[in-house]
Amino acid sequence: MTNDGINHARRRFLTVATTGVGVAGAGFVATPFVGSWNPSAKAKAAGAPVKINISKLESGQMVTEEWQGKPVYVIRRTPDMIASLAKMTDRLKDPSSLKSEQPAYCKNEHRSIKSEILVLVGLCTHLGCAPKKRFDVAPEDLGKDWVGGFFCPCHGSKFDLAGRVLQNVPAPSNLTVPPYRFDSDSIIVIGEDQKGAV
Amino acid sequence: MTSWLIGLRDWVDARLPIMRAWNTHMGQYYAPKNFNFWYFFGVLSLLVLVNQLLTGIWLTMSYTPTAEGAFASVEYIMRDVDYGWIIRYMHSTGASAFFTVVYLHMFRGLLYGSYKKPRELVWLFGMLIYLCLMAEGFMGYVLPWGQMSYWGAQVIVSLFGAIPVIGGDIVQWVRGDFLISGITLNRFFALHVVAIPLILVMLVVMHLLALHEVGSNNPDGIEIKKKKGSDGKPLDGIPFHPYYTVHDLVGIAVFLFVFCFILFFMPEMGGYFLEHANFEEANNLKTPAHIAPVWYYTPFYAMLRATTLEWFGLSSKFWGFVVMAAAIAIMFVLPWLDRSKVKSWRYKGMGTQVAIYSFAISFLILGYLGSIPAGGHFLDHIFHYNPENQWTNEYLSNQYVTQKLTVVYFLFFILMPIYTTVEKTKPEPDRVTMK
Repeated sequence: MTNDGINHARRRFLTVATTGVGVAGAGFVATPFVGSWNPSAKAKAAGAPVKINISKLESGQMVTEEWQGKPVYVIRRTPDMIASLAKMTDRLKDPSSLKSEQPAYCKNEHRSIKSEILVLVGLCTHLGCAPKKRFDVAPEDLGKDWVGGFFCPCHGSKFDLAGRVLQNVPAPSNLTVPPYRFDSDSIIVIGEDQKGAV
Repeated sequence: MTSWLIGLRDWVDARLPIMRAWNTHMGQYYAPKNFNFWYFFGVLSLLVLVNQLLTGIWLTMSYTPTAEGAFASVEYIMRDVDYGWIIRYMHSTGASAFFTVVYLHMFRGLLYGSYKKPRELVWLFGMLIYLCLMAEGFMGYVLPWGQMSYWGAQVIVSLFGAIPVIGGDIVQWVRGDFLISGITLNRFFALHVVAIPLILVMLVVMHLLALHEVGSNNPDGIEIKKKKGSDGKPLDGIPFHPYYTVHDLVGIAVFLFVFCFILFFMPEMGGYFLEHANFEEANNLKTPAHIAPVWYYTPFYAMLRATTLEWFGLSSKFWGFVVMAAAIAIMFVLPWLDRSKVKSWRYKGMGTQVAIYSFAISFLILGYLGSIPAGGHFLDHIFHYNPENQWTNEYLSNQYVTQKLTVVYFLFFILMPIYTTVEKTKPEPDRVTMK
């Protein structure tokens, strides 16, 4: 209390308290505006699991399907392709997929449930372009060492036939393996985990 | 009739200070009389801004901001809407023209020290305008929903994913979906046509208010307010209106010749203004063979993808993002990096002159390098690719050259406090010179 009868301490308290309440209120008001940018119910519904019939997928071939709007690659690998994986270890950034994203049941050398069938999200872990399939061996542009895999056209990242990233390319980790399960021998469900195996 | 108009003017003026505003910003705004060629680009930026606002509003009248309708609606504008093609080309050519004049306008500031005290705020508002323009250009490029729109957006939005821990959630929040989709397109449309233009126009007003408060700089970098006549007007200043309004009209006419030539004869500019991949509708399952941003982002894009640092166990993707962000952010602090006694490079020393030339050249080459594929050798691009006879010298590879030029770019700023302090400056003249 000062001589002029004004209680400065009380005024300061009221100013600070009012400001504090105002800022908190602004935070509450911001909530719907920020929140409305999250994926809507419709977007989430579009992310539901998809079924892929692979009965007509020939050995050494790939099909591209859409799941959550992302390209999903399904490849039926030949025995030669599977054999090439073991030779790649020294040339990979993350050969055992320790820093990469995949369901636990695909955290193995061939990065799949069945060694023959490979399922990958076809988006480069660098900046999200769709890598191209390059199953040809030793092509002119990729060099004599190339035993087949994926090549990202945007910034030159290379991946082997299990989607594992090679060294000295910009992508930081292996291609993502989505959760999936086999409904039967010929039907794969992308987006649902394998039952009983986690 | 005339007296009636004067009466109306005075009636309004008694209620709203229109005469004072006119005098402050036009009739009695004293600008240095020695403006040269470089001083056209400010007014040209305003002209292009008006062009963008006007054509943009007209485009929204026929455009559909949905994933299903966007690409077709742009073709509808081009083919079926009367004069739609010219309005769209005015807008797309205008975007490139905007960046051209703004880059030259910024470079003018760099040459003559227009960012230095007391014009720091003018520079900061200008930088914020530049940031808004980059956001406008990026989001506007997504709207036609072509292949380059889609995958360009995918790459740029994915950049935020490089931020440790929260990156993935930010990316999803920005997209509003698990990938770039119609939802993303729709919100980019809202930001591109409503939110950012509003901010942009307000920033332009602030830029001009701050400029008119302290007065324009000039090629000699001396303050004309220091030498005033007995009437209190700067001796080297002339009223903006009519002298510079008329003068600028000539510059505008010349600019429009160039602008219209491009508009009518080469609106795609060989794939630099409108990229060829964008004539194909967006396909979320197939990336075009070569992704490159539009030319005005390429210097920064080159820096981003040539970054191979992996400091502190963080990925080179993250550091590439940091380098790109820092390249833009460092321009903001320019007013506090320049310690020179003088403003204009005319009176600064050798150090500044060498630095400005190196900076300009590295920026241009970085722009070129950012527009060609990342791998390989830029000489193969210039002299046409020949698999039998490729350049192999690693010191001339795209990545190596880009990295070195990125260093030159940053050294220009980082060393500025040093070379502007130690170099020997020339004496500034008392009055402006008319060379």
